[in-house]
Amino acid sequence: MKRYSAFAIAREALRGHKGWERAWASPEPRATYDVVIIGAGGHGLATAYYLGKNHGVKNVAILEKGWLGGGNTGRNTTIIRSNYLQDASAAIYEKSRSLYETLSQDLNYNVMFSPRGVMMLAQTEHEVRGYRRTAHANALQGVSTEFIGPQRVKELCPIICLDGPRYPVLGALWQPRGGTARHDAVAWGYARACSDMGMHVIQKCEVTGVRTEGGKVTGVTTTKGDIGCGKLGIVVAGHSGVVADMAGFRLPVESVALQALVSEPIKPCMDVVVMANTVHGYMSQSDKGEMVIGGGADGYNNYNQRGSFHHIEETVRALVETFPMISRLKMLRQWGGIVDMTGDRSPILSKTPVEGVFLNCGWGTGGFKAIPGSGWAMAELMAKGASPLAAEFGLERFREGRFIDESVAAGVAH
Amino acid sequence: MLILHCPYCGVDADETELAPGGEAHLKRFGPDSSDEDFEGYLFHRENPKGVHFERWRHANGCGKWFHAARCTTTMEVFGTYSAQLTEPPKEICDKISGKRPGWSWRIFG
Repeated sequence: MKRYSAFAIAREALRGHKGWERAWASPEPRATYDVVIIGAGGHGLATAYYLGKNHGVKNVAILEKGWLGGGNTGRNTTIIRSNYLQDASAAIYEKSRSLYETLSQDLNYNVMFSPRGVMMLAQTEHEVRGYRRTAHANALQGVSTEFIGPQRVKELCPIICLDGPRYPVLGALWQPRGGTARHDAVAWGYARACSDMGMHVIQKCEVTGVRTEGGKVTGVTTTKGDIGCGKLGIVVAGHSGVVADMAGFRLPVESVALQALVSEPIKPCMDVVVMANTVHGYMSQSDKGEMVIGGGADGYNNYNQRGSFHHIEETVRALVETFPMISRLKMLRQWGGIVDMTGDRSPILSKTPVEGVFLNCGWGTGGFKAIPGSGWAMAELMAKGASPLAAEFGLERFREGRFIDESVAAGVAH
Repeated sequence: MLILHCPYCGVDADETELAPGGEAHLKRFGPDSSDEDFEGYLFHRENPKGVHFERWRHANGCGKWFHAARCTTTMEVFGTYSAQLTEPPKEICDKISGKRPGWSWRIFG
């Protein structure tokens, strides 16, 4: 693989850009691999990458039914933060955020990580108390956050309206090293690095069945034929239930549509990420100038990537009160992604009832920020059979009542 | 926008009038059951990509709970029926079988 650098750009500029090579190979599948990962989104690719980098497992195929990063990896609002209440969550999300800091250098691919700061607005007294508590918890966990007052909010984000009639801003939980990254680049960067290690990233290859023998996985059937494997990683987000059904077990997961939308591009007006969890809206400005807006998830099961119109209306209605200047903004695009919601709204990183099958799912509405940490922990889990970061995210926690209760405790917009 | 016919008051209600209530026809297990059964009842869900049976409440209407048979990929609604029934009525099952040959769901219990 030729490295990307300022020198490479200068060299190619002089030769008419004829020397750039393909970022990753598109091989036909071999008959068998040590490890097969289903799902070439961010989490699947990161799992493969850290299997190779940290554990020396390089005979790996990553199977993708569509195209690279065409699922939720390319459908989110790219927010990266780690201001969680529970220790297990804070540990894995902070690991992830810290990996994002140097991911561009690590992958030699510019993922445009921008630690511009994330603020979660407190718009009710309950949220003020909740976020103060989270700030204290984060201090103990070594995650850098602080609770800031309304004036500081206004300094950081001048376009905000502090004294709206329904949603006054009473303060915010501020994480200065949170931010955004270019979502496609995360998938592409990992895919390029995996391909460089000799792994096979196979697109347009849908898994149609999981083959087992005596309770142990032996391979998968796909639209490109049978592929054998020693270990299988299921990293398919919204379709986890469908693939688990092929492997013969059920999951505490429900799939719902979550929407996002972007406006026409405007001049720079906001250099932080603002989340308003009372009203379920969050907004940031992309480098292109579009206002990127995320909203609430639908309340019922769906696999169509659209979502309900009234959720957009609710989100935008509330955001217009908090940011009056966006009231005349035209919206360009809207889309939905299928998110996998678990019973406690925390992810699952786990062994499964089938020996050799590992599961990484349940990131729900907040998976993008977790990609490097999730891959790191999942790779360790698959290589060694256990990972400290993944220890509390096992499937058995639902039977044993050891929930990681972020949905109630932190009031976060997952 | 999703529109469901309320079998109680007869209104064709759009989803802003309705509150979703999750999977229908769950087999309930109480405190005396095994951990596996209780876990299954509380957390494991069919979550099908295709035909699904769900509970809905006509929240901003007559207030009654009812059941709906719906496709989670196409949003097609096969019918709604009383929440008193422990399994979908035959005419709805026949309609689904006609439109989705070979479909199967778990055994209703």
